[in-house]
Amino acid sequence: MNIVVMIKQVPATDKVKMDEATGTMIRDGVASELNPLDLYAVEEAVRIKERLGDVTISVLSMGPQKAAEAIRSAIALGCDKGFLLSDKKFAGSDTWATAYTLSTAIRKVSPEADLVLCGERATDGETGQVGPEVGAYLEMPILTYVSRIEEIGDGRIKAHRAVEGGHEVVESSLPALVSVVKEINEPRMPNLKGKMQAKRTEVPVLSAEDIDADDSRLGLKGSPTRVVKIFRPQLARRGTIVSAQPDADAAVEGVVDFLIQRGAL
Amino acid sequence: MTKQNANQTKAVWTLGEVRNGQIHTVSYELLAWGRGLADDLGVELVSVILGSGIKDQAQALIHRGADRVLVVDHPELEHFTVDPFAEVLTALIEEHRPDVFLASATSQGRTIMPVLAVKVGAGLTADCTELSIDPEEKLLIQSRPAVGGNIMATIKTPTLRPQMSTVRPKSKRPLPIDTDRQGEIVVKEFSQDKLASRVKRIDFIAEDTIGAPIQDAEVIVAVGKGLRDAKHLPMIEELVSLLGGSVGASRRAIDQGWISYSHQIGLSGKTVSPRLYIACGISGAVQHLAGIQSAETIVAINSDPDAPIFGVADYGLVGDLFEIVPLLTEKIRQRNKEAE
Repeated sequence: MNIVVMIKQVPATDKVKMDEATGTMIRDGVASELNPLDLYAVEEAVRIKERLGDVTISVLSMGPQKAAEAIRSAIALGCDKGFLLSDKKFAGSDTWATAYTLSTAIRKVSPEADLVLCGERATDGETGQVGPEVGAYLEMPILTYVSRIEEIGDGRIKAHRAVEGGHEVVESSLPALVSVVKEINEPRMPNLKGKMQAKRTEVPVLSAEDIDADDSRLGLKGSPTRVVKIFRPQLARRGTIVSAQPDADAAVEGVVDFLIQRGAL
Repeated sequence: MTKQNANQTKAVWTLGEVRNGQIHTVSYELLAWGRGLADDLGVELVSVILGSGIKDQAQALIHRGADRVLVVDHPELEHFTVDPFAEVLTALIEEHRPDVFLASATSQGRTIMPVLAVKVGAGLTADCTELSIDPEEKLLIQSRPAVGGNIMATIKTPTLRPQMSTVRPKSKRPLPIDTDRQGEIVVKEFSQDKLASRVKRIDFIAEDTIGAPIQDAEVIVAVGKGLRDAKHLPMIEELVSLLGGSVGASRRAIDQGWISYSHQIGLSGKTVSPRLYIACGISGAVQHLAGIQSAETIVAINSDPDAPIFGVADYGLVGDLFEIVPLLTEKIRQRNKEAE
């Protein structure tokens, strides 16, 4: 069985700086990590391999050269090989162009993929769109919000999806695209052997040309959406602030009067 | 197919959502957004609804603001699965090419919309909390939080149509029901072979939740790190049951394991819009505040006068929640008695 895990390198903090002119994140000089929600996809792939034995796990990511670190950290956890999509032409991609690029690369490096796994969303962009978009490009059945893979093999998958109000149990043919949620497993820590393996593994860098991509669909110019402005959210209200010291009773009396007057009770 | 004007009339479309055979209220929230956009553009508001045995409910969408409802009613569409929904919606979008197409940022909407974006070749913006029309360019202006709510981004789709967005549930209240509103209900037929699905739903395991789901609650008393220990929850629950609401929690309280994830409020949990929100011992991280923006009245109780939660409160009490909450419960109970 061939599994492709799509991952993303993200800023290691949520206090990222933005370039207010272009509306993009400033990634230089910011510590990076493998998107925490992708760890669940990596872990699930490794568990499937441990269960079934004859499984090859390829990790795929699009990003700057240093995103190879994120791929190596997935290899350290038990994935077999990795590919980094890195090309100036990819810069400024929205989810649509990103999904086009990733799916084109999957056709190239793992045309026999039985399972394409990804996390629910990345912690920086937080769209959760790239996974299902890749599934649509590859014309695969799409299973999102998967919280448990009950059975997999023989061209079939049986899984649980965490949706509003409960869990849906579904069955699908393979190949399929599966996005997983936190609930699915507890990701392991890398061991020494894994780290050594990761160090030794070459991560080939693929350009637009390497994957025979249509240039008009790449990067900013291939992206239908445009970030036109970024701003800090303004959430302020102008309320009454009262200290409960020394007279808590009077303070609470005050809030009750306020709520009654406002019709909030 | 019903006869439809072949001229691709400009329109705003919303995707209705059916859960357990019933039109879900998120469909009406979307219509409230859509109504404003359609009026600003001077175009028709159309709601599209897919399901099984739902024809008779379509009128409710008109009463909530739609000018027209497109209904696809078929046993194969009883539960949401990607393949038949994508097939039907792609065909409808390609036939009419609306200007704007909105769906809720629910598990259904967040799954089907990316697929449609690829199939119809249009851009998609995730999880919008604010939508409007640019008065000059007549383009849809989509705003959404990113990076844990620290940033809001405004996004446009300049050329491709429809301009598609998923919209955060509870980011707007539904319009009141207006039974005098008139509109057209159009039933669209699809042949069985278009409705096959490679994914089959074989079971549903319902979650046991006590009380109303947090996102539907009219009153929420929420706890944060200031609660210090799960053993103090009964004090909160007493106030909650008096007010007839639900208990909410910040991420910090969830991470402590005091209460289950389904109670989490904020960007990584649920967005809520209750009539009354009482925050107890919640400092007010941006990611939490982004989830309570549309609450009607916010009361904050915190011992730290500099806590950011006071910046969004309509009424703030600086002090010890273990003193204030029981007092509040007692006084409200007293007032209720006096009112009887």
